[in-house]
Amino acid sequence: MSYLINSSEILQTIEMIDQQHLDVRTVTMGISLLDCADSAMEECCRKVYDKICRRAEKLVETGCAIEREFGIPIVNKRVSVSPISLVAAACREEDYTPLALTLDKAAKAVGVNFIGGFSALAHKGFTESDLRLIRSIPTALTQTDLVCSSVNVASTRSGINMDAVALMGRIIRETADIDPMGCAKLVVFANAVEDNPFMAGAFHGVGEPECVINVGVSGPGVVAHALKACKGQPFDVVAETVKKTAFKITRMGQLVAREASRRLNVPFGVVDLSLAPTPAIGDSVAEILEIMGLEKCGTHGTTAALALLNDAVKKGGVMASNHVGGLSGAFIPVSEDAGMISAVEAGALSIDKLEAMTCVCSVGLDMIAVPGDTTAATISAIIADEAAIGMVNNKTTAVRLIPAKGKTVGDRIDFGGLLGSAPVMPLHESSAEEFVSRGGRIPAPLHSLRN
Amino acid sequence: MKAIVSVFARDSKGITAYVTALLAEKEINILDISQTLMQEYFAMIMLVDLTDCAEPFDELARFLKEKGEERFLDIHIQRQDIFEAMHRI
Repeated sequence: MSYLINSSEILQTIEMIDQQHLDVRTVTMGISLLDCADSAMEECCRKVYDKICRRAEKLVETGCAIEREFGIPIVNKRVSVSPISLVAAACREEDYTPLALTLDKAAKAVGVNFIGGFSALAHKGFTESDLRLIRSIPTALTQTDLVCSSVNVASTRSGINMDAVALMGRIIRETADIDPMGCAKLVVFANAVEDNPFMAGAFHGVGEPECVINVGVSGPGVVAHALKACKGQPFDVVAETVKKTAFKITRMGQLVAREASRRLNVPFGVVDLSLAPTPAIGDSVAEILEIMGLEKCGTHGTTAALALLNDAVKKGGVMASNHVGGLSGAFIPVSEDAGMISAVEAGALSIDKLEAMTCVCSVGLDMIAVPGDTTAATISAIIADEAAIGMVNNKTTAVRLIPAKGKTVGDRIDFGGLLGSAPVMPLHESSAEEFVSRGGRIPAPLHSLRN
Repeated sequence: MKAIVSVFARDSKGITAYVTALLAEKEINILDISQTLMQEYFAMIMLVDLTDCAEPFDELARFLKEKGEERFLDIHIQRQDIFEAMHRI
């Protein structure tokens, strides 16, 4: 073809979309709700509902139009809002569930498939509002369908708030006792980022503008396909192949982000370069690691393979977009990745190996089902371990555990849709009760003193 | 606006004639065509100009898809920008 693009490139793009599950995972509109504060809960809810509906009115429609014109699936259209603990701080009510119900109603009215931001930032300590929000989480998440919640309990700069860690263990436990599905919408963070477009951890940070468009791209299937062609080659070739593929994927994300930002007249924030798997066969991060030469994801060598992948994705993507942010890297959510599920079921992938993998991937222990009788203290101890990894390594880590009510190791719990299903994984049995009950704050590491 | 029309099918007689007639019906100008056979599959890619086409993009895409299905053809139309974004710095 005499024009700029040749037919093999066109066929490659079409094949990536049709057969390798290439998609834009999410176009997320961040909306500041800080101006919705009111001492009367009812009034606050009204303002929140009106603002979300006004700002995000055309989000879904615009996303669908871009999808059709460019022929790229945009799987999710979402909204993230300012941490509700800040928005509701002026309210005197103890229970913030009405605000969660309002978010749910607004999300349904504008047609998005998740809304994030029922959140609190408590890495150095709680405000009264943070505590009220956190205590409302179990009812808020089990009475709503689309609301996602996150709590930041640690940061490299301020250390780990162990009171928050202990409290979140109890909150996860309490939520699971009502409905384990609620836990799939709850993330406990260390070093949470303010512009993450992915759920369940998205919220609109305080340093963000009034309204912003962030885009999350994906494409583990495309990377896996490209790597199949370099069997037996040295890692230099592997890294280069991942970089080139990530570049192409990200350019597509950047195009969608720019177009969405222009059409909605909302500033473009970031493209988040994440390899986010889905339960579909051939859309798995575990499969990429296995193509690199591991018999099963989780065996020795997995951490090194993931480190290479995570780094190459960023290097390839960073040149393809003018602003890269969010979590950017490879996600390893167990229930959402057919390869991870199979590795767990084969006994190759344990919680300890997953923890090691979180040192080099972009987030943390994600979508892991644990036995229904796991104690709050054990959950808290797992959160503390993850927070320590994040704090010391200056990276975001997160915990999204699902205590599977009435189930034990070997059983399976289904979440449906993109959230997939997960085999219940064994945990260590020795107690961490005394450790967790100390409370207080684990001091920030020496390298937090960077000035 | 320029767009890429791609057609995939098992090779048979008259595919090009059928598709180009559809495009002519909608006042779409073909700027370039390339065709290849991959085993028994036929792939045709056309660069087209939509300046004179009055139909909204959405409806045009649906029209081509439906007309394609009648003849067991897989017809896509996508804005050219996506290919440029992915393959050119």
